[in-house]
Order: sequence, then C-alpha cells, then structure tokens
Amino acid sequence: MRRLQMGFFNLFRKHKTFSHGIHPLEHKEMTAKLKIRRILFAPKMVIPLSQHRGVPAVALVKPGQEVVRGEPIAEAGGFVSVPMHSPVTGRVKAIDELVPTPEGPKTPAIIIETYEASTQKVLFDFPRDVNNLTPEQLVEAVKDTGMVGLGGAAFPSHVKLLPPEGKKIDTIVVNGCECEPYLTCDHRVMLEQTDKLIRGIKMVMKATGAEQAIIGVEDNKLDAVSHIREKLSADLPITCQAVETKYPQGAEKMLIASLLGKEVPSGGIPADIGVAVYNVGTLAQIGDLVPNSRGLIERVVTVSGPGVEKPGNYMVPIGTPLRFLLEQVGADLNASEVILGGPMMGMSVASLDVAITKGVSGVVVYPPQEQDLKPRTVFPCIKCGECLSACPVRLNPSMLAQLAGVREYEVMENEYHLNDCFECGCCSYVCPSNIPLTQYFRIAKAVNREAKLAESAG
Amino acid sequence: MFKRSPVEIRTSPHMKRAVTVEQIMRNVVYALLPICAWSIYQFGISALALIIVTTLTCMATEAFFNWMSDRPNTLGDYSVIITGMLLALTLPPGFPLWMAAVAGFVAVGLGKSLFGGIGYNVMNPALIGRAFVQAAFPVAITTWTPSFAPGRFVEFIPSSLALPFMSPVDTSDWVQEHTIDGFTGATPLALQKFEQVSVDTMDLLTGTVAGSVGETSALLIFVCGLYLAVRKMMNWRIPAGIFSMTILVTLPLYLWKPEIYPSPQFMLLSGGLMLGAMFMATDMVASPLTPKGLWLYGAVIGFLTVIIRLYGGLTEGVMYAILIANALSPMISSITQPRVYGEQKKEAES
Repeated sequence: MRRLQMGFFNLFRKHKTFSHGIHPLEHKEMTAKLKIRRILFAPKMVIPLSQHRGVPAVALVKPGQEVVRGEPIAEAGGFVSVPMHSPVTGRVKAIDELVPTPEGPKTPAIIIETYEASTQKVLFDFPRDVNNLTPEQLVEAVKDTGMVGLGGAAFPSHVKLLPPEGKKIDTIVVNGCECEPYLTCDHRVMLEQTDKLIRGIKMVMKATGAEQAIIGVEDNKLDAVSHIREKLSADLPITCQAVETKYPQGAEKMLIASLLGKEVPSGGIPADIGVAVYNVGTLAQIGDLVPNSRGLIERVVTVSGPGVEKPGNYMVPIGTPLRFLLEQVGADLNASEVILGGPMMGMSVASLDVAITKGVSGVVVYPPQEQDLKPRTVFPCIKCGECLSACPVRLNPSMLAQLAGVREYEVMENEYHLNDCFECGCCSYVCPSNIPLTQYFRIAKAVNREAKLAESAG
Repeated sequence: MFKRSPVEIRTSPHMKRAVTVEQIMRNVVYALLPICAWSIYQFGISALALIIVTTLTCMATEAFFNWMSDRPNTLGDYSVIITGMLLALTLPPGFPLWMAAVAGFVAVGLGKSLFGGIGYNVMNPALIGRAFVQAAFPVAITTWTPSFAPGRFVEFIPSSLALPFMSPVDTSDWVQEHTIDGFTGATPLALQKFEQVSVDTMDLLTGTVAGSVGETSALLIFVCGLYLAVRKMMNWRIPAGIFSMTILVTLPLYLWKPEIYPSPQFMLLSGGLMLGAMFMATDMVASPLTPKGLWLYGAVIGFLTVIIRLYGGLTEGVMYAILIANALSPMISSITQPRVYGEQKKEAES
C-alpha cells in the first residue's frame, strides 16, 4: 500500500510535504507507546569537551574536585561553543583524558566518578521569572544552559537565536518530524512534555522577535498533533501542522519547504529567508531549564533495534558510557552493529566506550543476522533513475557516482552541486544496483575539502 | 560483557531497500511470459522454437564475451534473458531459426557486451539485433504467416527450418494451404499504408492479425506492461509520452483527411508500438534519467514512429524511432537536469 501511495496516489495526499524522498520501514511501533523512563547512573561518567559543533568547551574543574549534579564544569570556549554541567554528584577523576568518539578521533573529556550514596538531587536550581528577561538576557540564559540541537546536529542553540547582521527571524519552525526509523524520543517528548515545549517556543520567539511559530509533525504521530493542539490557546501565534510521513521530512530544509513552501538558498542557512528551525526536544529542554537556570545534564534517548531486549525511551544522563546503557537495556551480546542516531544518518560506533553526548537521539542495535547489513553484490548503474526520484535536493546521484568513479571530484562540486548533498542516504537506500552512492559523495567532499585546505595553506 | 562480540563499522545509511537489479529484471521476465505464451498459442511451435533459440543464443553470447574479457558471470541478472525474449517477440513467426541465432549473437555481442555489459549499452540490445537482421535479411523479416494456422502445434512453418546460410523456402504455398479466411500475407500496417484498409480495432486488441511473434495483442502487452509500472519497475512516463505524442501527431492528420491517414487508435494498437513503448523504450539503461527527460524521450519516439510510418519507405517505424531516441538520451538527460533545491537563478547571480 505504501508503495502505491508514492505514485498516482500523491494526488490524494492529505498533508503537506516536499518533493521526492523515500518511505523506509519505520519500526517505530517498538517504542512509540513506551513512556520515558530513567536509567541508573553509571559509576563513571565521560563528558567530552567537544560534543557540539564549534569550539570545544574549557574545563573549570580540577582532578579530585567534588562536583554536584547540575554544577557547571566547563565554560564555553568561544561564541560558537557551550558550557558543560555535571550530570552526577561525584568526584572529578581526570580531565583532558583522551576518549574515543563516534566520529573517530579521540578527544579530551572530563571523567567523573559517581558517588553511589548520593541522592543525585539537582542542587543547582535558581528559579526566576522568565517574563522579565529581555531578548538579550534570554539568549544569554539559553547559552548558560549549554543547549545544543538535540535532533542530532548538536549545533549550539543560542547561535541560531542571533541571526547574522541584516537578517531577521520572522518564523520559528519547530521540528517534530522525527523521520528517522526506530526513533521515538521526540514523539514521547511531544506527548509528555507539551507544556515545557510550548514554554520553550514562546521563549525562543521572544528572543528572536519572531512573529509566528509552526510545529511540523509527521502524520504518523497524529496523537501528538492533537495533544499539542489541545494545549495551544487560540490567541497564540503558534500552530501545529501535520506533514506527510516521508524521509527526510525532518531535515530542516525539507521541513521548511513542506510547511512554508520556501527554499533555503543553496549554500545558505534558514536565517537567509527569515526562518530558524528548532527540534522539539531542544525547545522542551529550553522551556524546562531556563526558568530554573539549570544546565543540560540529561536527554531522552530511544534505544531500539532488533538487538535490544528492553527497547524504550530513556532519560539518559549526558556522559553515560554506551556500554553501560546497553547493559541496562539488555542488548544482544552478539550485536554486530551499534548506531548512534537513526539508521539512515547515524554513525556506527567502533567502540562501546563512547559516551552518550548531547546530540545522540537514539541508539539502534542490529544483531549479526540483520538482512539490511549483509554485503550485497554491486552491479553497474542501470540508469533506472530511482536515485533521482529519491534525492530530496533533486541532485543527479547517478551522474555524480559516475564522476566519482573517475575521480572527477571538482566537476562533481562545480557542475553537479555536490555540496548541496547533505548525505541523507536516500540514493543509497533505493539503488537497486547496491551502489554506495552516499558513501562516494562523502569521500568526494572530504577530498575536495582537503584539496582546498592544501591550496589555502600553500 | 561485549568484549568478544564483533562490532562492525559501516557508514550510513544502515538501511537498504530490498529491490535489486536482479529482482527488477526477473519481474520483466515474468511480465514477458504471458506475451510469449499467447504468441506460442497463436503461432505454434515455430514461435516457441524462435523464443528458445534467441534466448539461448543471447545467453551463450553473453557467457562467451564474459569469458573472453575475464568478466564475472552475469547470466544470473536475467537482463540477457529479457534481450533474448524481446528479440524473438519482434521477429516474424516463420523467421528462419539460423537467422534468429545470428540476430541473438549480434544483439548481445554488438549491442551490449562490446560496450561493457549490463548498464553500459547505449541502445536497446534486442533492437540492435533486430535492426541487423532487418538489413541483412530484408525478405525473411517481412514474410508473414497466418495466425491460428491448423496444425501449428505439430509442424513448423517451413521457412523456420531453413539451413544456415540458405535462403528459406517460399512459404506462399504453405500459407495458401493453411489460410482460414482470406489471409493476405500483409500486416495491418502494410494494409493500411498500401491499400488504405484499416483492420478492426478489436482484432488489434486481441491480436488475431498477422505480425511479429509477440506484437499482435496490444491489450495483453498493455496489461503486462501495466504490471511492471504498478510495481514501479518500469517508468510509466515513457509509454505515456509515446502514446500522447502519437495521438497528438495522428489526430489532426486523421481529422483532416480520414480517408488517407489512419486513426489514432489504429496507430497505437497496430504493429510494434505497444511492445516497443512498454518493453523496448523502457529499457532503463538506454533511456534518460530525469523525469522531464523521460517525457521528452517518449515524445521523440512517438513523433518519429508516426513520421516513419506515414512518410517513410518502411511500414513500421517503432524500431528506428527507439534506436534514434536511445542515441539521443544522454543529451536529453543533460538538458533536462532538474533545478537543485535552493539553486538561485543564473540572472540573479550576475
């Protein structure tokens, strides 16, 4: 049925959407109905100083120092940077120790040993009246929470509140799409933290001076749509709209196209057309933390996949080692692949010693017999055009792959818009020849990046 | 706890749609099977032998070229079987089998393997084979025999069994013997072109007319093609483009001088147009990539077909129309690139 919906039946489509895209199996039923639950505190917390885009944070604590849950332990290292807060009450064991990250290179981190006997009450809690804050003070307050985009991008939130010179934000787009298969954490946040979410939206609107906010939710979460609509009073300039369930609906450029019918200029940012996009999880946390002057110390993570015994949506302290989290949920001992994020854009980890950072929205565990992971024969491109009808940016992946095959990386960039590719993976997903298209493009971009660096260096 | 487990690292995406090249090609074979079955019912064991001979030669040729060029075996991807079946469906039922074997060899050897095998052919291999024998054996390829001839399941049409490199025996006596009701030995297209006699639409739909092995029943071909289109294994834009362009060109002419020009429905249903539109032009490798390009490609085929049929020396124009459009398709692709998301207009930049 889903296949039929893609073709002729688009004519009868009920909800707004963007062009192209794919319909992978959602697998959300495993966790969609499960309430957010807490997990135990790990005996050792690992807080990498660089778990966001931009400059790493700078540690404020010393080895041996006692820290209280919620206490700032690192300050922002620059404008595009955020502070860190201790996720537990405990003792700092080491600072700047190199720890593995999902990205590959080891980065410095603060290691904290948890006090087992502690109640783990958040003691850094200073309630204040948000209504009295000026927009400037609000931006500062958001920065102090250490908030980053919780949808996965981990871009410092306060930076988006301050658009570049000459740009004005008039619309806030709230991203509740959660188009990645398996993930349901945003769905649960919309259902369980609706008031915090609306409070967060109001704050961000005030900080940016935006006139309206639109919450975009995929139509596989209509319960969340009606729940939010009930809570929204009619006089608010906030609306909640259902959009078609289609990957990658949650990519900010796609969601803007679906909701507003506008396109972000190639190479530009949403602020260029007066839009700022925030994930629902981010706004719910802002709505929760700013009124109490707290810091971001935990987040909702969906742990799911065929290799997990107790899948669910868990409130996980930032810095919990992945290994500890997987032990808590009873993951398959013979797991062959563990992905941070969703299966379409997430990263598979090389080590279970990585920590759950601010940008990790999900953990998907695949057992070794998983069909999707079996190596497949790669055929030559048969020019079926499936990738062209899947690419949400309307690139020509087939042509790009041919060019990649002969290493014409510059032609790819200059004539075939390589840099507009945001690696959503749609082309690789649909390719009947099993050509690793997204992977090719990632390599091509890296080569071009290095060539440019080499050029500017000498 | 996880120490001994082998954790694998891959880059995203970690999910994959199940559809593969092999599956698409296999479904095309399934879609062709009813057409083959009908043709065998209609033309008897000669049609059966023709289908078997072309398919086997095509497979053997592919295996031979793979072996020659040290390429892995590619018979398992079914694409060569499609070529073989399609080739047989475009030949006259009484076509000498040795000539069919030559056609199969040329189709795969010249049309596909020399270019690099699956994915690299510039034109539809089956049509390359057909075009070759059209030029090499002009008489044999225009010798038509009646459908539903009595005894078609027990004896071959005499020309089928011609010895290699020998001219086939004249079939006119055999045709005389086996004709039920005034068989003229001409296809509906030839009748229309030279005698201005239009065959009944119903006969064209069901296929009870003279013609190539598998092109007679337009209705059956349409239904089989529809199966592929619904399963999204064939792009519906190509046949849609061909049909609409054919109607667009034929209709004004028909309205202007109905006594000379054939009706649009006759154009659509006669000859190889339906088979060509549904199964030949839709060869993924040789057709353009872009959605707009597919419409344009279909339109080119529809236009050329009508022009060749009405004004050319040949009665049938589908084959050359598709081959020409195949040759054009890289160019069509490149001029119909879609506008990339967020791309600014060139004027705005300068």
